[in-house]
Amino acid sequence: MELILEGFRMAWHLLVTLDKEVLSVTLLSLKVSGLATLISLLVGVVGGTGIALAEFPGKKLLVSVVNTSMGLPPVVVGLFVTIMLWRNGPFGSWEILYTPSAMVIAQTVIASPIVMGISIAAIQNLPPNLRLQILALGASRPQMVWLLVREARLPLLAGIMAGFGGVISEVGASIMVGGNIKGYTRVLTTATVMETGKGNFDTAIALGIILLVLCFVINYLLTMVQQRERPR
Amino acid sequence: MTTRKALLEAHNLVVKRGGTEVLRIPEFDLREHETVALIGPNGTGKSSLMLALAGLLQLAAGEIRYHGDPIILSGDTTAFRRRIAMVFQEPLLFDATVYDNVASGLKLRGISAIETRARVESCLERFRITHLAGRSARRLSGGEAQRTSLARAFATKPEVILLDEPFVSLDPPTRQVLMDDLEQVLRESGTTALIATHDQLEALRLADRMAVMHEGRIVQSGTPAAVMNEPANAFVATFVGMENILTGTIVSAGGGLLSLEVAGKSLEIVGSGAAGERVVLCAHPEHVVVTTIDPDHRTSARNVFSGTVTRIVPLGPVNKVYLDCGFPLVAAVTGQSLAELQLAVGSRIFASFKATSVRLFRKG
Repeated sequence: MELILEGFRMAWHLLVTLDKEVLSVTLLSLKVSGLATLISLLVGVVGGTGIALAEFPGKKLLVSVVNTSMGLPPVVVGLFVTIMLWRNGPFGSWEILYTPSAMVIAQTVIASPIVMGISIAAIQNLPPNLRLQILALGASRPQMVWLLVREARLPLLAGIMAGFGGVISEVGASIMVGGNIKGYTRVLTTATVMETGKGNFDTAIALGIILLVLCFVINYLLTMVQQRERPR
Repeated sequence: MTTRKALLEAHNLVVKRGGTEVLRIPEFDLREHETVALIGPNGTGKSSLMLALAGLLQLAAGEIRYHGDPIILSGDTTAFRRRIAMVFQEPLLFDATVYDNVASGLKLRGISAIETRARVESCLERFRITHLAGRSARRLSGGEAQRTSLARAFATKPEVILLDEPFVSLDPPTRQVLMDDLEQVLRESGTTALIATHDQLEALRLADRMAVMHEGRIVQSGTPAAVMNEPANAFVATFVGMENILTGTIVSAGGGLLSLEVAGKSLEIVGSGAAGERVVLCAHPEHVVVTTIDPDHRTSARNVFSGTVTRIVPLGPVNKVYLDCGFPLVAAVTGQSLAELQLAVGSRIFASFKATSVRLFRKG
């Protein structure tokens, strides 16, 4: 019990004094996951809207594949990206394994299906006649797509936050493709794993608290968004 | 009316959905400045016809013409769609303020901010929602939302407006008030309108012409009086229900009672109006009483007419008895009464109805 209390006391100290190590780890986490989410936003929203609005054979199969990919195990993604970036792998010449870039790639692979899956659902959940109403208002095709995306902005935002929540808290892929190198590829989750392993509970708890606060903020925003209603 | 120019026409239209034919319309047109009611039960193809006319459905065969020119549905129809407007059963508003919703069609057309403001303000006023301009569309009542949807459609100054049962989800009082406002806007703007409804009173009230749809086809089309008085088939007859439609002129008014002249005969009806006004009278067959002796001095019915039976149609427990009293009338008579009165085609009868049992509509 005392161990835990002492851990919290120390953690609080690290947080309020803005410990350099903790700060750098947090900033890198936000940078890597933020960038991965931004790329996923482009891939996921554009792809998801396209899939939702287009009619083509095999659409249901594709949507099922996307939905399944929403729960890709990070270690599997880590393994796959590691193989791809390995010295003898297809993209070995890029020489980016064990760099933040490799982590961004792995996290993008994890987040894109989440954003895409939620985007498909968001566009498909709009009233079926809304597309026709927009066209009847005199919209060109591109204007129609833009207005639909704008109408689905809240669930799309939820998808983006879910994607960010998924990658900021994943550890498997980051440790595999980043390598948890101090001051270079060390992020909140990989540092927590390491500090816990070393018995440095104070630092681990401090990092854990930051991660929890980030996750809470994301979920709080998600809940706010989901409880808003659409007009009739 | 027949001399008016056709604005929007359908020729040999066939629409299929999921391989099944849902619409087959050999000829249909909307003429300049007229209001046409499309009536028929739910699921009969009214919405499909509207979507097809709006250029929003792929046709299996046939064509849509606008000002005489065919609309090429496989190409870019934006220019055509910008000259018409459509209002759906659901208001389908954007998640934005009422003002922004009404302005949305103008924004899509790239109309200047100054003109947008003027048009939006005028439409908000016409549909009496100026006070709601800044409110979010998420916080509107059903009636307010549909008013916003109508204002949004009229703001684009469409040449043709297609209204797909816009009042169907509203409660009767809200519906009534909104219909009054729509009627006025249509009259003031002169917009050509096609309004789908399954309420024959709504159709009667708004329309110059009526088209009855059944199983994807137009089974009858004509003036409301023609459709209601001379149904083309049993389906139309059953559907329109209110079969006594008479046009007349108010002779004098006073004390809540109107004296009217219909086909050279005089009638007394409870209602308000001014002498000289043209009106349409409607009565349900159930309210027309048939006797074989003159009931003049023995009933409270003010309106008694002598005539003859022209046709008797048995409809289960009730018979529709068609009468000629100098104008056509239909009465609903039970089988028992029919036997007691010994009614047959050619029988001399007296038809009467109470001054309170007739509905009155002003005609333009």
